[in-house]
Amino acid sequence: MILRLVVASLTGHRARTLLAIAGVAVSAALLLDMVMLSSGMRESFRSLLTSRGFELRVAPKGTLPFDTEATIADATATAAALRESADIAAVSPVLGGTIHLPRASGSATSSVALGVDPELQGDYVLLSGRDPGPAEIVFNDALLAASGRQVGDTLTIAGGYDPQLRRFTSPRVVRIAGRARFVYLAREQRAAAMPIAALQALGGAARRDRASLMMIRAAPGADVEAVRLWIAARLPKVTAISTATAIAQVEERLSYFRQLAFILGSVSLVVGVLLVGTLVTVSVNERIGEFAVLRAIGIARVTIIAQIMLEGAVLMLAGSLLGLALGLVTARYLNTILVSFPGLPQSIDFFLFQPRAAWTALALLGVAGVAAGAWPAWRGASLPIARVLREEAA
Amino acid sequence: MTGPVLRLAAVERRYTMGSEEVRAVRGVSLEIDSGDYVAIVGPSGCGKSTLLNLLGAIDRPDRGHVYLDGRDVGALGDGEATALRLRRIGFVFQRFHLLAALSARENVELPMSEAGVGRSERAARARELLSYVGLAARERHRPPQLSGGEQQRVAIARALANRPALVLADEPTGELDARTGSEIASLFRRLNDDGTTLIVVTHDEDLAAAAKRTIHMRDGLVVRDERSAPIRVGPDSAAGAGQR
Repeated sequence: MILRLVVASLTGHRARTLLAIAGVAVSAALLLDMVMLSSGMRESFRSLLTSRGFELRVAPKGTLPFDTEATIADATATAAALRESADIAAVSPVLGGTIHLPRASGSATSSVALGVDPELQGDYVLLSGRDPGPAEIVFNDALLAASGRQVGDTLTIAGGYDPQLRRFTSPRVVRIAGRARFVYLAREQRAAAMPIAALQALGGAARRDRASLMMIRAAPGADVEAVRLWIAARLPKVTAISTATAIAQVEERLSYFRQLAFILGSVSLVVGVLLVGTLVTVSVNERIGEFAVLRAIGIARVTIIAQIMLEGAVLMLAGSLLGLALGLVTARYLNTILVSFPGLPQSIDFFLFQPRAAWTALALLGVAGVAAGAWPAWRGASLPIARVLREEAA
Repeated sequence: MTGPVLRLAAVERRYTMGSEEVRAVRGVSLEIDSGDYVAIVGPSGCGKSTLLNLLGAIDRPDRGHVYLDGRDVGALGDGEATALRLRRIGFVFQRFHLLAALSARENVELPMSEAGVGRSERAARARELLSYVGLAARERHRPPQLSGGEQQRVAIARALANRPALVLADEPTGELDARTGSEIASLFRRLNDDGTTLIVVTHDEDLAAAAKRTIHMRDGLVVRDERSAPIRVGPDSAAGAGQR
């Protein structure tokens, strides 16, 4: 019967109920978006770093991976030293550089190039074709489009350009073996990958046996932090950074986002509470006589409290469900805008939908809805019955 | 009659209206027997409705005691008083006070639902009661679809829902025209003939004339208490529905 009364009350003022639900939906959408924003970048960065299964990155001493032009000398010996540890399952050296694709006109298309171990690499995902072998290369879509080439084409690439002689240096003929998506690079950034030895050779003496970083996969069950400390002791010329450390650093840099999201989320929650609280209070004020009569005929205080609080909870729940859908749509739209900022890794998302975040937002709103109805409910159920009836009769 | 169902001992009740203190009931003592039909009459503001609220445990005396079935109503906690009103007292109001969103039957079922009566049992009893007040065909109608007289009959059926020991009515014909008021008066007589104890506050002379006992109030005091021989109507075919 309580449910019947709740439904009757809410459907009795359809316009007001719909407006309340719409208001709560907007508030809920904002809250959900803020919850998604507060964890989205962190989680997508965590996913980015962990997706390829490398727990440690070794960079030149005092640098972060690809933070500077610095490289690790004696890459072969360094990799061999790392492989001495039984706690290290794999070492994948990576060299970063630039290649040029000369055109007949004398100009060229330039691109980021990564020298990798194709069997172990964690920098790209192959979309078609195969990993590059000797004298082979893989391109991303941006580079394929810029160069007008396709998988299977053979072309000349150069490792540099001599402005005095006006010619490209270290030309090599390579075949495009595949099409790839580079996980750490921006979508619009032109990129290619080839075996590390080939890129080292393109760079001449300056790049001989050099690597920008080494990605390390720990052995199953190994303590990553212990491995990091072992590297620090064994190889003093490099810095080892664990994924956990990198994520902590990212979290620190993203604290602004989290604070912003927390404040906006809190504001939206308060707005939702005030909205529902106001509407339930108005509804109770309109029905003071009705509640006095219900109390007079023996309806218990707790029944009336339950009815009023349930009305608030239903408004909040309906608004929250609508807000969930609205929040997902707006988050998707906002994410599309934000990820198109130049230079952002392709795999980074600002708004990441996580069921836990959605449930958190819904639970917060549900509790807020019940809380919003609590005071008006208590007021409605605690009326001085005789006085209200007397005033109603007057 | 089988002894007093209600007893008032030197009951006083004051309340403030604006800045003024109103002594609504000033030391009223009386007994009301089970099965009686009592009309409380008097000019407006004489304390009739306040007395009715005290009898119905929706208000508490400032002094004195109200005993229902031997229990001191003033000493009950809110929960006990609420349960007493639910199970032992039926209320009929001047303005009917039905829930507009519920059908006639649902309005009658409401106190039974609160009392924990099962769905099928309360539906059957609600139908029986609506039939008793002559509204069997209107059970699905909502109050706005009913006339004033019909709404008051639904309110009477609601008052009888949990088989109360007594029914209290505050100006039950106050919002009705003379003919409809007369129908309600007849219904009350029938109800009393079927064994329901009735206490009615009224300005309606016809309704008061139907009572077995008339209590006259003035300035918060009982000034006359007389037992009369009311005009009786014959027993109805649905006799006893209110107390079964």
